[in-house]
Amino acid sequence: MAEIPNIIPALPELFLASVGMALLMLGVFHKTGGVEDIKASRLISLLSIVALLLAVLLVSTLSGGRLPTFANMFVSDTFAVYCKVLVLVGSALAIIISQGFLERHDMARFEYSILILFATLGMMMMISANDLISLYIGLELQSLSLYVIAAFQRDDTRSTEAGLKYFVLGAVASGMLLYGSSLVYGFTGTTNFDQLAAVLRGHGGETSIGVIFGIVFIMAGLAFKVSAVPFHMWTPDVYEGAPTPVTAFFSVAPKIAALALFIRVMVGPFGGLVADWQQIVIFISMASMALGALAAINQTNIKRMMAYSSIGHVGYALIGLAVGTEAGIQSVLIYLAIYLLMNIGVFTCILSMRRDGHMVENIKDLAGMSRTHPMLALALAILMFSMAGIPPFAGFFGKFYVFVAAIEAHLYMLAIFGVLSSVVAAFYYLRIVQLVYFEDLDEALDKSVAPELGVVITGAGLFVAFFFIYPTPVLSAAAAAAAALFAG
Amino acid sequence: MTQLPILSLLTFLPLVGAVFILTIRGDEAIVKRNARHVALWTSVINFALSMFIWVHFDTTTADFQFVESKPWMPAFNIGYKMGIDGISMLFVLLTTLLTPICILASWENINDRVKEYMISFLVLETFMIGMFCALDLVVFYIFFEAVLIPMFLIIGVWGGPRRVYASFKFFLYTLAGSVLMLLAIMAMYFDAGTTDIPGLMVHRFPPERQTWLWLAFFASFAVKIPMWPVHTWLPDAHVEAPTAGSVILAAVLLKFGGYGLLRFSLPMFPDASVMFTPLIYTLSIIAVIYTSLVALAQEDMKKLIAYSSVAHMGFVTIGAFTLTVQGIEGAIYQMLAHGVISAALFLIVGVVYDRIHSREIAAYGGLVHRMPGYSLIFMVFMLGSVGLPGTAGFVGEFLVLVGAFKANTWVAAFAATGLILGAAYMLYLYRRVIFGSLTKDSLAAIKDLSLREFAIFAPLLVLVIWMGIYPAPFLDIMHVSVANMITQIDSALNASTAISVAGQ
Repeated sequence: MAEIPNIIPALPELFLASVGMALLMLGVFHKTGGVEDIKASRLISLLSIVALLLAVLLVSTLSGGRLPTFANMFVSDTFAVYCKVLVLVGSALAIIISQGFLERHDMARFEYSILILFATLGMMMMISANDLISLYIGLELQSLSLYVIAAFQRDDTRSTEAGLKYFVLGAVASGMLLYGSSLVYGFTGTTNFDQLAAVLRGHGGETSIGVIFGIVFIMAGLAFKVSAVPFHMWTPDVYEGAPTPVTAFFSVAPKIAALALFIRVMVGPFGGLVADWQQIVIFISMASMALGALAAINQTNIKRMMAYSSIGHVGYALIGLAVGTEAGIQSVLIYLAIYLLMNIGVFTCILSMRRDGHMVENIKDLAGMSRTHPMLALALAILMFSMAGIPPFAGFFGKFYVFVAAIEAHLYMLAIFGVLSSVVAAFYYLRIVQLVYFEDLDEALDKSVAPELGVVITGAGLFVAFFFIYPTPVLSAAAAAAAALFAG
Repeated sequence: MTQLPILSLLTFLPLVGAVFILTIRGDEAIVKRNARHVALWTSVINFALSMFIWVHFDTTTADFQFVESKPWMPAFNIGYKMGIDGISMLFVLLTTLLTPICILASWENINDRVKEYMISFLVLETFMIGMFCALDLVVFYIFFEAVLIPMFLIIGVWGGPRRVYASFKFFLYTLAGSVLMLLAIMAMYFDAGTTDIPGLMVHRFPPERQTWLWLAFFASFAVKIPMWPVHTWLPDAHVEAPTAGSVILAAVLLKFGGYGLLRFSLPMFPDASVMFTPLIYTLSIIAVIYTSLVALAQEDMKKLIAYSSVAHMGFVTIGAFTLTVQGIEGAIYQMLAHGVISAALFLIVGVVYDRIHSREIAAYGGLVHRMPGYSLIFMVFMLGSVGLPGTAGFVGEFLVLVGAFKANTWVAAFAATGLILGAAYMLYLYRRVIFGSLTKDSLAAIKDLSLREFAIFAPLLVLVIWMGIYPAPFLDIMHVSVANMITQIDSALNASTAISVAGQ
């Protein structure tokens, strides 16, 4: 008889899965029609937030050592704990800022929060994957939920288009990933990360070309998921088309999960082949930074601009991975934590841009906002300066540690390229500040900002503004997480 | 040592004032009045505090004084460390003196978004003082670059018609320079294992690495000073900035570059500094002669003074790289004198701009008939800028030339032509604006200085003459630190020569 696996390491995932299904039942059996729909969606999103926060608690109790389970296909370590906390917080914040938007646009259906819940579950699986198979399962659970959410605004062609585009291109990427995995399996005879690492390290320099091919395909698939150049094409369209809170969600949680997965795959099973994959990561990092900086300049839609901005940010995070050392991974993890709050803050500001009750998305609509919304304008300015990496805001420290790692590894060209493209990128962040502060008012935006949005903006703004006072908690958590990855 | 963290207090007191202004609510007129008063009082108290530091400053030691040190990012061995020596002391005083003057100068002509304006200025003061006091490279860098944010807003929100262009140019130019310095800072961190400035000063970087580090720092400081050919942001920024913004920009922000060269480039990379001295001399001489000629052709008063700043900063860089006591003290003195004089000149332009709303030289003429007091004050500062003996400008330029003469006669000769050209463009400006007959209708009813405006100029007037007649109190502050720095540079240079000789 088969042994019963140890379920403790996977407890948060099991918890989220059961809560997700229970909430689905609750939603289905809830009264329907008009007000009842909204009531159901409110109740379920509230419960989802509670579930996500409980999952954070559960996850943090696991922060001990390395705990493999399910035949070593699933692993929980400090690295996983760190990334899962980020993802869970990102998802919870996304649900918080969504509810008002959904209700205003007649799309307050209870499935929304549940889809986010399942997507989050997939992300946690990805982060903890210790086998190419479990990796793929987590990735697909996440992706399929995301495709649906992107098209959640059913009666809007842009949203539907975004969902379809995301699905088609995402399927291609999944295919590449799967193809790469099969190549790796074919040439090494295993899909387990630990065994792969052992096999590939034991080769003594000579790596078979088949494995290299497999790695390249896997990297292509992963680069698509993190929207790094040259696999970024879907990002602007999907970000623009998807409902704004969904875009906010897309720009943080899945991205963090995919980057965590990218790191785990590269450092874990393929850690012995750094010399082979480093140049690829350097290339996609440089290309992402350059494209993120240049292509955003001409954008008029703020969501599209943020899409390019997020491509650029992925480029910076990938610098840390390109370094491939413990310090490098630590810097990526710090970057992701800061990026999460920075980006959620910006998108919450975008969500509160409304005129006569309608969302406005044109950058020009921000003109003169400082006259009517002084505090919102201040928060947005701080977030934009932080995005540009200007000290003393948090964004500066994110970039700082990444570049420290690059310099330590003597990747001078990459670092110089990175800082110079950050100067170019500063231009379009400054343009937002310019519109908000320098320009005169055309038409005022609506005065009222929903209280929950206000709270999120204030929180993100304060974090970004005052991160510098006491950075140690984030630094040491990231250090522990990175160390765990290299201990195994 | 458990004493009061007075430098942190000095640095962050303006920030407290800014937060206080942020909380002011109520009727618009009352908000404006309160914001102005809070800003003025905060900066005046800060000035008094800096006076206290001056009184307690020990001029007999080259060590850093009032040092505070706190762990900040222990994992990276980066700490929060503050302290001042003879070089930074005077710049701190300059900053704390000019901030209240700027706030007073904006008392009436800034009427839009007063609250935000005053907050920007106080935040700016915090960053400027912090930059001069920082004794950790990372802390230094944070202050150094953070300055861009309030200055960007000051130019962009309260500036002239082309303010957007000017503010972006200012921001991106200086950012592009300083990010390279950031990478150099990281490289130094891995070489020396610390970002502690006194520690780095005694650390010997390998000469070939010095070259790259020096170039990266130079990219940042050359833009800030600014040196020819990367000076083009300065005229734009000056013309578009509001009066007080120009004052701070010319008087303090430009000094960042010179201060940086003296604090980092010279003592930390002595070999590279010697190697690049011809480059510095060339660029500085071009700056002195070329921008003086450009100034001669200007039609806009602010632009003229902006170009004259570039020329004066050329003297500073020449003086600093002579590596003589006279040259370096002259460079520091020239920066202080320029801080006072150019600040006053921008304020002088501001006075007539507030009345006529034009900065065109052609719009004026014959002001002496209606504004005798104004003309007198203008004359003193104009002559100070020319470098007339008895004004602050003379002492600095004289010392620089003495140092340059010791180092390289040709450099001194070329630099001296700058003095003549300087006299030419300033006197020409003065003649066109002040003398002649008062024919223009717009000037017929122009009023002389108000009491508030006199109060703004009075301290600067006293200072420019005091610094010209009796420079000893200022030179005493810097002398020991400068002498110590030169000794250290010399010993470092001797050591590396000895190594290269031994290697042959």
